[in-house]
Amino acid sequence: MSSLISKKLVDEIAHLANIPLSEAELQNIAQDFEETLGVINNLSEIDTKNIEPAHHTTGLENILREDIVENDRMLSQKDSLSQAKKTHDGYFVVPRILHND
Amino acid sequence: MTDLNKLTLKKAQKLVSEKQVKASEIQQACINQIKAVNGDLNMFLSHLEDPASGQEGALASLPIAVKDNVCTLDFPTTASSKLLEGYRPPYEATIMKKVKNAGGVVLGKTNLDAWAHGSSTETSAFGRTLNPRNSDFLPGGSSGGSAAAVASDTCVVAIGTETAGSIRQPSAWCGVVGLKPTYGRVSRYGIAAMASSTDSPGPIAKTVEDAAMLLDVMAGHDPFDATSNPDKPPSFVKSIDKKVSDLRVGVLYQDLEGLELVRPHIDKAAGIFESLGANVEYAEAMDPHYAISVYTIVQRAEVSSNLARYTGIRYGNDRSFFGDEAKRRIMLGTHALRKGYADKYYLTAQKVRAKFALDYDELFKKYDVLISASSPTFAEKIGASESSSMFGELADMLQEPSSICGLPGINVPVFRDPETNLFLGLNIVAPAWREDLVIQFGDAYEKATSWNSWRNND
Amino acid sequence: MTDNKYELVCGMEVHAELKTASKMFCGCKNDPFGAEKPNSHTCPVCLALPGALPVANKKAIEWTIKLGLALGCKINLFSKFDRKHYFYPDLPKGYQISQYDLPFCYDGKLETSLGTVRIHRIHLEEDTGKLLHKKINGEDVSLIDFNRGGVPLIEIVTEADIHSPEQAKEYGKKLRELLRYLEISDCDMDQGGMRLEANVSLRPVGESGLPSYKTELKNINSFKFMEQAINFEMKRQEKKLIAGEEIQQETLGWNTTTQETFSQRSKEEAEDYRYFPDPDLPPVRFTQAQIDEMKASLPELPTQIVKRWEGEYQIEPRFGSKLFNTASEANILDSLFSSAKNKKVAVDKLASALVNKQISLPIVESDVEKTINDFSALHSVEDVDTVELKTTIEKILSDNPDVKEKYSRGEKQVLGFLMGQVMRVSGKKLDPAAVRATILLSLEE
Repeated sequence: MSSLISKKLVDEIAHLANIPLSEAELQNIAQDFEETLGVINNLSEIDTKNIEPAHHTTGLENILREDIVENDRMLSQKDSLSQAKKTHDGYFVVPRILHND
Repeated sequence: MTDLNKLTLKKAQKLVSEKQVKASEIQQACINQIKAVNGDLNMFLSHLEDPASGQEGALASLPIAVKDNVCTLDFPTTASSKLLEGYRPPYEATIMKKVKNAGGVVLGKTNLDAWAHGSSTETSAFGRTLNPRNSDFLPGGSSGGSAAAVASDTCVVAIGTETAGSIRQPSAWCGVVGLKPTYGRVSRYGIAAMASSTDSPGPIAKTVEDAAMLLDVMAGHDPFDATSNPDKPPSFVKSIDKKVSDLRVGVLYQDLEGLELVRPHIDKAAGIFESLGANVEYAEAMDPHYAISVYTIVQRAEVSSNLARYTGIRYGNDRSFFGDEAKRRIMLGTHALRKGYADKYYLTAQKVRAKFALDYDELFKKYDVLISASSPTFAEKIGASESSSMFGELADMLQEPSSICGLPGINVPVFRDPETNLFLGLNIVAPAWREDLVIQFGDAYEKATSWNSWRNND
Repeated sequence: MTDNKYELVCGMEVHAELKTASKMFCGCKNDPFGAEKPNSHTCPVCLALPGALPVANKKAIEWTIKLGLALGCKINLFSKFDRKHYFYPDLPKGYQISQYDLPFCYDGKLETSLGTVRIHRIHLEEDTGKLLHKKINGEDVSLIDFNRGGVPLIEIVTEADIHSPEQAKEYGKKLRELLRYLEISDCDMDQGGMRLEANVSLRPVGESGLPSYKTELKNINSFKFMEQAINFEMKRQEKKLIAGEEIQQETLGWNTTTQETFSQRSKEEAEDYRYFPDPDLPPVRFTQAQIDEMKASLPELPTQIVKRWEGEYQIEPRFGSKLFNTASEANILDSLFSSAKNKKVAVDKLASALVNKQISLPIVESDVEKTINDFSALHSVEDVDTVELKTTIEKILSDNPDVKEKYSRGEKQVLGFLMGQVMRVSGKKLDPAAVRATILLSLEE
């Protein structure tokens, strides 16, 4: 199985997945991809006609919550921000987003 | 009394309630043992320096080791990743609340494969854990730290999590008991998610009874976890010391290529059940190689989604701090969900998953439990995880079918190699919500054989 | 229709925040606008901390079904939530919990005076946090507040049935009226409680079928701007079509200063959302009996009520529709009108008195008596001698020198005091409206 997996494809996926990759990493991951895709391709051997996908295994349905405010689960502003590296006046901070909002 | 750290949970609880021993003395013995061996074995990423007191309850201030992907208030929670190095969650997991309310004390947080992605505990960002039975070898993973902590008597009992094999496989490699409950039996709230549809927290312990005792504390409905079973769980210790006679056992995978090493030991275990009066026969199941594919795709897809929240904005470091394994899995998972590929990969995997569930439905019409090897091999040597980019998923082949179907399973030691001191494990699987059966069979096997290291400690 | 005989082909997407007490997937307070400080109505779930899990708000689901039924939609008896993936700082999980292929409601309609607008689907999702753009220490940054993150958001998508900017506006207004009437959303547009988006394309009049392109107007927070933007966009597109130029498929905003649309790089542009069913949320299943029960318990809808009042009480529809916003208010008015009719009061005149604010609306059931009395008083008053009245007022004002000052400071309640005084002093039953008008004149001198 030759290069099904181009560096270009891996680069596209890296952007979609928001994962920063160096040139070397791109190369390595492309190889890993090939190996993995080779292993998982055997699924095409199984007949899945008329089979519903198993999205949930518990069989549970309608697990809902009442519309009540849970004060003990709400965090104080201090706790909400406590683990962030950059905060300002009660807000989380990121470099300016260029998209218009 | 020396060797207080070698007590089982059952014995420790008894001695403490009879006031023969103080829980703080047991904790101190564990802490001393940690100080003696953790430098080499690297099982604990953080731990108590001095004993701490707990509330009143069945766990009586006894020390519990907790895998570091479980949010705790008293210690950092890192998931063994540089991205979460030093992270202090402002809340704790539901199972931590339950353990504390039952009187348990968190002794420390144990090492894992970073983000629980692996079967070796070698991909931790904070160094690999070594197998206490033989430190040239790996403890398995991803709950390697917890399994090693139990095996090395640096705690009384431990908590791990399993997505596919991550409790049972390291338990097999370390020669301890690992119990994976039915998916939905134990709350996942507060545990860094890996594959949301299969993650199952569970006990890793010295004996089956210890595991049942801890499961009694951990199990139960959690309103914060919509996938947790609303029904009240039964008492699991009630399944201890119950006979297995006239129950039916199916033995799986014995004809698979690559299982030559473990086959005779599983056959012997089958013989033991027969001698205990159970009806045992070989059974055919769907080829677990397909389960590798199902699991790889579904898990990596869910991983790519669950790890999308780690951006360094609200906590932790940015995404460049992900290790190689995490990056690999996120990438493959993203690909499996893309337009034009999702049908071929993700959707197909979910359909084959449904087929595995149907296969089990058929098998459980004929058998009460299914047994097999937990792992095709003994613990592997240091460095083994670097041999393949799919090391984890390949190593867990025998566990993946039951994990993707949410079934309960237990590992009990089935053989010890006197030369290497390494173990093999027996995997016992039951229908959904039938942890009572895996406990019953695991306990019967443990008591009928001499593989359990703590057999005489009760 | 444009000058050169192109027809607008427009579909709208409206998002409205539901006014549940708590958020969609956690128990945090749902009050982003009223929060004292940023990031104070947050918890592990809506902050997307490691290990947090969502649990769906039952009421938000019920209200979504309610809206669907009120718009004549079919309800999916089996439904689920899906994860919609994209990266943006106001989306803490890196995915939004939404609905993909099994929305709660589909195939409904809303009538406008300019034609029927079919509702393609209605689904439920969670809102994002809010971004503020600032310069701090010379650096350009964006600040994030997650108080709004996780608030239940209902999304209503129409077919491309809108054929004029006026119809778009009417559709938006009628939808808002219904959301408020059902008391599920306040739709405060300046608070972002209701957001409008329109997909705009043109096709030659007489043709059918959807054009091959469309532009998306987004982030428009008023009906007036929406109307202007669609108008502008129609002209812009027409020019290009006539010149044979291609119209780029893009996202546009409306610049209220320059009165032009402008290209926006949408945060979701060309995204592959990689939808899959959320494993953390078990699916939702209704029985037909449950849906039938919900349908039966729907309040009578505004258009039906106004029509009924016209028939029963001869109340002009233009008055009827002005008298209430919510179902609760309509209920009280029903009590008022039927009670008034029993007392042989002219209900249509009562309605007009309410609209002209000559008497005040009853707030609760027990106000009904009083309202009827107020109305009766209006019409059994003595004629007012304006000069005598003015003199009376002047005297009262000079006896109470601080009143005028208080009034100019905005303390309008002094009017009540003055009215009372006038009535007492004159000893007669005077027309309150006339008295009030004269008092106002005197105060404003």
